Formats: sequence, structure tokens, C-alpha cells
Amino acid sequence: MPAVSKGDGMRGLAVFISDIRNCKSKEAEIKRINKELANIRSKFKGDKALDGYSKKKYVCKLLFIFLLGHDIDFGHMEAVNLLSSNRYTEKQIGYLFISVLVNSNSELIRLINNAIKNDLASRNPTFMGLALHCIANVGSREMAEAFAGEIPKILVAGDTMDSVKQSAALCLLRLYRTSPDLVPMGDWTSRVVHLLNDQHLGVVTAATSLITTLAQKNPEEFKTSVSLAVSRLSRIVTSASTDLQDYTYYFVPAPWLSVKLLRLLQCYPPPEDPAVRGRLTECLETILNKAQEPPKSKKVQHSNAKNAVLFEAISLIIHHDSEPNLLVRACNQLGQFLQHRETNLRYLALESMCTLASSEFSHEAVKTHIETVINALKTERDVSVRQRAVDLLYAMCDRSNAQQIVAEMLNYLETADYSIREEIVLKVAILAEKYAVDYTWYVDTILNLIRIAGDYVSEEVWYRVIQIVINRDDVQGYAAKTVFEALQAPACHENLVKVGGYILGEFGNLIAGDPRSSPLIQFNLLHSKFHLCSVPTRALLLSTYIKFVNLFPEIKTTIQDVLRSDSQLKNADVELQQRAVEYLRLSTIASTDILATVLEEMPPFPERESSILAKLKKKKGPGTVTDLEEIKKERSSDMNGSAEPASVNASVVSTPSPSADLLGLGAAPVTNSAPPPSSSGSLLVDVFSDSASAVAPLAPGSDDNFARFVCKNNGVLFENQLLQIGLKSEFRQNLGRMFIFYGNKTSTQFLNFTPTVICSDDLQSSLNLQTKPVDPTVDGGAQVQQVVNIECVSDFMEAPILNIQFRYGGTFQNLSVKLPITLNKFFQPTEMSSQDFFQRWKQLSNPKQEVQNIFKAKHPMDAEITKAKIIGFGSALLEEVDPNPANFVGAGIIHTKTTQIGCLLRLEPNLQAQMYRLTLRTSKEAVSQRLCELLSEQF
Amino acid sequence: MIKFFLMVNKQGQTRLSRYYEHVEINKRTVLEAEVIKNCLSRSKDECSFVEYKDFKLVYRQYAALFIVVGIDQTENEMAVYELIHNFVEVLDKYFSRVVSETLNLLQNIFSLSKLGGSVISENKSKEKNI
Repeated sequence: MPAVSKGDGMRGLAVFISDIRNCKSKEAEIKRINKELANIRSKFKGDKALDGYSKKKYVCKLLFIFLLGHDIDFGHMEAVNLLSSNRYTEKQIGYLFISVLVNSNSELIRLINNAIKNDLASRNPTFMGLALHCIANVGSREMAEAFAGEIPKILVAGDTMDSVKQSAALCLLRLYRTSPDLVPMGDWTSRVVHLLNDQHLGVVTAATSLITTLAQKNPEEFKTSVSLAVSRLSRIVTSASTDLQDYTYYFVPAPWLSVKLLRLLQCYPPPEDPAVRGRLTECLETILNKAQEPPKSKKVQHSNAKNAVLFEAISLIIHHDSEPNLLVRACNQLGQFLQHRETNLRYLALESMCTLASSEFSHEAVKTHIETVINALKTERDVSVRQRAVDLLYAMCDRSNAQQIVAEMLNYLETADYSIREEIVLKVAILAEKYAVDYTWYVDTILNLIRIAGDYVSEEVWYRVIQIVINRDDVQGYAAKTVFEALQAPACHENLVKVGGYILGEFGNLIAGDPRSSPLIQFNLLHSKFHLCSVPTRALLLSTYIKFVNLFPEIKTTIQDVLRSDSQLKNADVELQQRAVEYLRLSTIASTDILATVLEEMPPFPERESSILAKLKKKKGPGTVTDLEEIKKERSSDMNGSAEPASVNASVVSTPSPSADLLGLGAAPVTNSAPPPSSSGSLLVDVFSDSASAVAPLAPGSDDNFARFVCKNNGVLFENQLLQIGLKSEFRQNLGRMFIFYGNKTSTQFLNFTPTVICSDDLQSSLNLQTKPVDPTVDGGAQVQQVVNIECVSDFMEAPILNIQFRYGGTFQNLSVKLPITLNKFFQPTEMSSQDFFQRWKQLSNPKQEVQNIFKAKHPMDAEITKAKIIGFGSALLEEVDPNPANFVGAGIIHTKTTQIGCLLRLEPNLQAQMYRLTLRTSKEAVSQRLCELLSEQF
Repeated sequence: MIKFFLMVNKQGQTRLSRYYEHVEINKRTVLEAEVIKNCLSRSKDECSFVEYKDFKLVYRQYAALFIVVGIDQTENEMAVYELIHNFVEVLDKYFSRVVSETLNLLQNIFSLSKLGGSVISENKSKEKNI
């Protein structure tokens, strides 16, 4: 073991390590370790003070034992002692131990921080380096609190050594990543930018990393870095291949630094200064030119490094998206790589080209490579490369090549890897819709999709095809004919049965004239699939049948027989049974006119963003695909609506639900007519009854108190001569807990004290409340506490009622107050930039998503109070977002168990008129409505 | 940024791991197992970049030793790919026969990081080498 024996003479350690390695069994190893631990413990506890060398040796052994996976519970103190040693090796081991085994023992942290402070002040570059590495490696908040102010000073001090500057820059970067709030911006920022001019390339590299990260959050502060980065880049790019000595890697000058500089430039738009801009363009051209020159070395390292720079330069060109010439050259370069024998290059070329396709300057140039990309789809042996090819085809698709691309994708789908099938299905569905000139082609494509990859066709896809068929009457007959034909296949996918059921139920009459698809044949065809399908599909088919009753009176009796059969009327599934009973009854008692009205053709769906697109974005996250999509959307304006994942909810609400109800009647009327369950009998608010079990009407003034709790969580909810009710509550995401304190203000006992929390039927389904009973006697002057656990299942309107009944003296007391559990309590604030805010604001522009209220101010109009109220309401208060500084904007997400609803709000005060205008935009109409009501009461 | 740096042998055992973002110890094991499974199962003509969750893995094989680096979207894949090689060359300078003696290398690194070498224990200077 050369390195071990080389060491610096820690023979004991070497022996110990080789002992451990020679252990034949786990048990032997543990035995040896325990022996060593006992030995070290006794040494540490012994009377004799240990010298630095022994301390170092034992700490090393402890570290080794820890790295083998055993717990170490002592030795920290000795390690900390080592920090103050003046010997490098001892100090180093101390720091290593601390970095690996740091714990938040406050006593030790103080000592450690002290040692670090001393080393930072030591002016010894090695010690400073060790201290900085330790801070960076631990990187905790405590460390950031202690040193985030100190490190920038070291970084920009004129006399700091290069190696220390490097460490300081990276250390600061690390602290900024973990606790950005603790790193203060200040004078030092402008001096850091000048490190880009430093003679030492190591310092430049470290500084570039730091500036890139800082500039993303504070672009204004670091704006000057652009011109410095360009000139530095230009010097590197034009240097001869040996100029940079150590920083030349296989004849490529400083490749990693070049990449970092190019990355930094991507934080900014193209430089405005024409001189800087010209110089940058020159650099980029030089980089592109170099790719065409014969390589200076045959080594793969040379070409790899060169290509790394080239790809980054292309990213910058795409990011700027302003120089058509460069864009087209970049595209040609990538085109060459598409056929390169290195898989890595083909992969990266496909990936970059995907972003290039969205630029209007290079879109056409990208399209010329279509054959190569299709070929890649067929021949690439690596699924991740094929995936990129699919992405690229999707990105380069437009009206001119949609048919070809969709056909190729469908072709590929038959053999595609399972992992990417769903995504391809979504993409095909989107392209087919977006570029369909001829909607028969669209219908064919989607049915093909279901045939080829039915399992991967999500609900959104088939919902969408139905929306489109219903909205376009020119395709309805064709659709009916095609689904009818597709259903003839002996085995067809359940999704096809759903689509078929729905479409034939609506438009079966359009093909009924043909004797080959007469009503009875249509019905028998669908019914032959019935028993193989799942419950939701069967429910849908039942709806189809009742629609048939209307469309084709001649087969009414056949259908009634089916509905009447035991397997329907007595089906174990409630939904199926209910439908069978209702539909049978409807078909028997309703007159033809009523039937025709009830079972009328579905009205067109409101135009909205494709729910599929939302799904694809959701799948992909808010990454490149979204951006790409945004750009494409602008170009082809075929799509409208939002890109927010949250909008999926909005779309699905009015899309047929999984149990797709053709009638649009839903189960609602039935539930309403059902008698309320007996258990909830006591919940009925019966104002006129004086029986003891009845709930009292709301106490006077309780509404006012209720409103006060919308923006706060604690306080007194109710008070009269007898009783005081106090509240304390906390909410987190969709959960909450409320403590209710009942104080007896009298000197007499309350008897039979029973507080009850009551939810109306509607509220019960969206709000889960759990309470524990309280002690039925409350002594005079005493206070009892009750805990309510709250879970928000879905958005809700009303508030629960708290009813309290008790006996005081001989009299029965009964009172009710509204419990302030409101929808806004489940807000999580969201911070966003002005740009993000308005982008989302625009995305929620559907009139149903917006609710506005103009109202008179009830309280003095004070900006600070308003701010506090908006924050108390639960949303984030976004400063400097609205162009008018007098306005207030906020953003947040309402968390319910089932969904999360993004909410944006804007409050515009008008001091002169003493009025406010409040606008709420959320992805759900009811939510906008409710939040607007709640908040309007506050001002 | 670079999220983590792993050295793994052909049997899928982690030989060295270094995280630049806090990951809990028990989650590391799971993460490493998945990462390794993802990379080891790939053949030579597949590309060296693998999408994994919300980040990318860049890996390179040296005989029986795999080096896997996890990066986010702000990093240049090719540059990281070549950085691995640069790192190996640096190791080569410090220890002879890096590639062939995977196991020994590991021991060396562990001993080294304790015994005073600064290559490995050095923070991110490695990440930004050159």
C-alpha cells in the first residue's frame, strides 16, 4: 500500500488499516475496531497530555472507522484542538474530521468558528485555503451566518494570493447556493467583476462560476461583466494553441473557461454596445471556423474539448437569436454532427437543434435535415438518442411536413420503447390537432394511435378527439363511420370503445342510413364489447344506449330489455345500477319531445387550450419544452389558453369526466332528491324549533368577527357576559389545526357543556374536520380547550358553524358562531418575478377564471395596512411587479388534498374615489369567486 | 452545477462519492444504486449522457471503473465528459496505474484524503480544474 506507508510516518495507522483489511470476517473486523476504540478512548481520557502527532493519529483512526460505516461518538474535541495546531498535517486532519463528522453541537461550532476565523486572518495561504475549504464543505447556514460577510473581503482584497482567491470565490458560491439571503450584495460586487481580467486563469475560472450564479438573480448588479467576459473570451479564442501553457488542454486553449464565459453571457441579452457586440460575433465566428479546420491533434480529447466550446457557443447563438447568419451556420454545423460516428455528438446535435428549430431564422434550415432525423429514429441503437430525435421532429414540425412527421412517429410508435410511448402519443396527438387541415386525417391519426398504443393513450387524448369532433360538424359523419369500422376488429382497445361509444351515441344517426351500419347493428356491436369493459366505460355505454333510444326509436325495446336485465338493474356497482334504473325509467315515462330535449346533441365545447398540451408540459416540467411551446404558440397562434399545469384542472372540469356523462345530467339531481341521511338530521338548521337539540341562529355580530379572522389566525372570536371563545390556529398546505378556548366568565359551573362543529352536506365533502369532545363541566372562571384537526379536500365556499350548548344556573344556553376556516387559509405564498407574474396573468385570461369586484373602502386607505392584510390573507405580496406602485399584486397556491390551484390577485386602490378594484385570477372559477368575496370584505 | 461525483466499479459498488448538494445518507444509497443501474446497463455504442429525473448523468468508463457525474441543466455535457478525463489524468499524475488498480486507487484516495493530499479533499477546485 504505497500511499499508506508513505504517509508521514503514522505507522500505527498503517498497521491498523492493514489489520482491518486482513480481517477474514465482519465479526473479526468489528472486534478489531472495538479494541481500537477502547484504546483511543483510554488515550484521550488518560492523564498524560497527548502530543499533536498522537492526537492526529488517533483522530485519523476514528475517521477511518467512521468511513467504514461505524458510529463515532467521541473525539470531536480532540479534532477541534488540532485546528489550532501550527503544523499543516495536523490542522488538515482536524479540518477533515470536522468536515466529515460535523454536528450542530453548539459548543463545538463556536470553537470551530473561532479556529476558522483565526486561520482566515492568518495571512498564511495554506491555512486560509484549509479554512475556506472547510466552510465550503460544511456549507451550513451557521457557517454562512458566521462568514458570509468575511469572504467577499478576502476575495477582493488586493494582497490575497491567487489560490486563496480561487477558494474564496468557490466558497462564496457554495454559501450563496445554500443560503442566498445571507450573502450580502455590496461594493465588492463591482470588484468581483474585475476578477474576469485577472492574470491568473484559475482565478478567472472561479470568478466566472461565481458571477454566473450571482448574475442570474441580480442581473443589474453584474451587467458590466458582459464586456469583460467578451474581451476575455476573445483573448482566449484568438490565442495561439500554446499561449496559455497549463491552461491549454490538448491544444485547445482553456476550454472549460471558455464554456463558462459563454454560459455567463447567456444570462444577458446580446450586448448593446456595437463594439462589444462585434467582438463577440467575431469570437463566435472564430469558434465556428475552428470546427471546420483540420484538427491540431488526432486525440479524441482534443476534439471533445473543442466541441464542448462549440456547443456552448451554439447555445449562446440560439440564446441571442438575433444573428441570422450565425444561426444558419450553427444549424449547418449541427447538421454535420447528425451524421457523425460519435453517438455523443449525434445526441448533443439533436438536442441543440431542437432549440434551434424554434428560432424563426433557422427553422427552415433545421427542416432540411428532416430525412436524417427520421433515419436516426429508425437506426439509432440508443433509446435516449431516439428520444431526442422524436423531440426534434416535434420541434421542427409545421404545416408543410406535419403529415410526414406524424406518419413517421406513428410508424416508430409500433416498436418504440415503452418508456417513451406515452410521450410520443401525446406529441402525435398534439401535432395532429395543431396542423390538421383536414379533420378526417386527424380522426384517422388518433384512432390509429389508439390502435397502436391504446394503453398509452391517456384520457386527455380521447377527451380531446371528442371535443374536436363535437365542435366540427364537417367531420362528424366521417368520425362515426370510422369508429364504427374500427370497432369491427375482434379485439379493440377499451379507449376505442369509449370513443366509439361516445361518437356513435352522438352521431350514430349519420351512418344509420347504410344497412351495414343500421341502428341495431351499431347497438349490437357496442353491446358485444360491453361485458369486457371496466365500470367507467360501461357507464359511458349505458349513456350511449339512452341516447340511441332518442336517435333510433325503433330499437327502444331492445335497449329497454338490456337495461332491464338483472345484470344492469341489480348491478353491484352503484353508478351502473343508478344509470340503468334512471335511464330505463326515463325511456318509459318521458314523451318523445322530452326525450329529444333531454338527450339532445352535446353543445359545442368552449374553445380552450388542448388539455393534452398541458399534460405534455406537466410531464416535461417547466423546462425547455415549455419555452419552445411558448414560442411556437406565438408563431402559429392556433392554440389559445394557458400553459400552466394548473390549467389542467380547468380544462378537465368541463371535459367529460371519466364516467363521461353524455346527458350532462350527472348524478347531482339524484343525490339532491335523496332524503338526507338520518345521522345528519341534527345538522339541519331549524331556527324555529325550540327543542334542545336544535342549533341556535348565528349570534349577532358573529359575521363581523368572522371577517376579522380571514387575515389572521388568533384572537377572540366571541364574547358575551357568560362565555368567551378564543382561537389559535395554524395551517400548512392543505392541513390545519385550530385550538378553541372556551372561558367561563362567571363564577358558576357550566353543566352539559357541548360544543359541536357543524358542516353542511356540501361542506362535508370538501372539508374534513375532526374534534375531540370536551369535559361537560366547566368550572367558574376556568377555561377548556378543544382541538380541531382540519383537512381541506377540495375548494369550498361556506364556513363551518360552531354550536355551543350548556346549562348555566337553571337556564339552557344555546349559541352558534361561524368558525373562521376559510379557503385562503390553505394558501402557500409564491414569489415570482414581474415577468413570470404577467405571463401567468395572461395565461389565466379566460373570462371564467377571472373575478373582479369594485367596492367602496370601509376602512381608511393605508398602504401598509393593506400590505399586511394581503400577506395575512396568505398570498405572497409581490413588490415591484405592478408598473403602478400604488397597486398591490399577490400570488399563491391554494393547497387542497385533490389539487393545487394557482391564484393571482391584484388590488388597485383609487384614493380619490375611496374605492378599490380587486381582481382575482385562478384556474378555477369557484375559487376566484370565493377568494374575491373573502378579500373584498377586508378593506 | 455539478451535483455529485461517483466512482463505481463494474460490480456496481460505489468506490468514491462526493456530493455538492446536501443529500441524506440513506437517500444516497438509493440514488447511487439507481444511477449505477442506469449507467452500467448501457452498451458501448450508446451515448454517455443519460437523463435521470430532473438532471443528467454523464459517465465514462475506464476499464473496470466507471465515473459518473450528475449535473443540472446549466452544465455543458461535453465539457463535463472531458472534465472526467482531465480528472483521471490528474489522478494518474499522482498515482501510477489509476485505471488498472481500481480497488487500490480507492484505498489510496481514502488514505490520501486523510494523510494530507489535497487533490481529493480539496473542495470544488476539482470541479473547476484548469
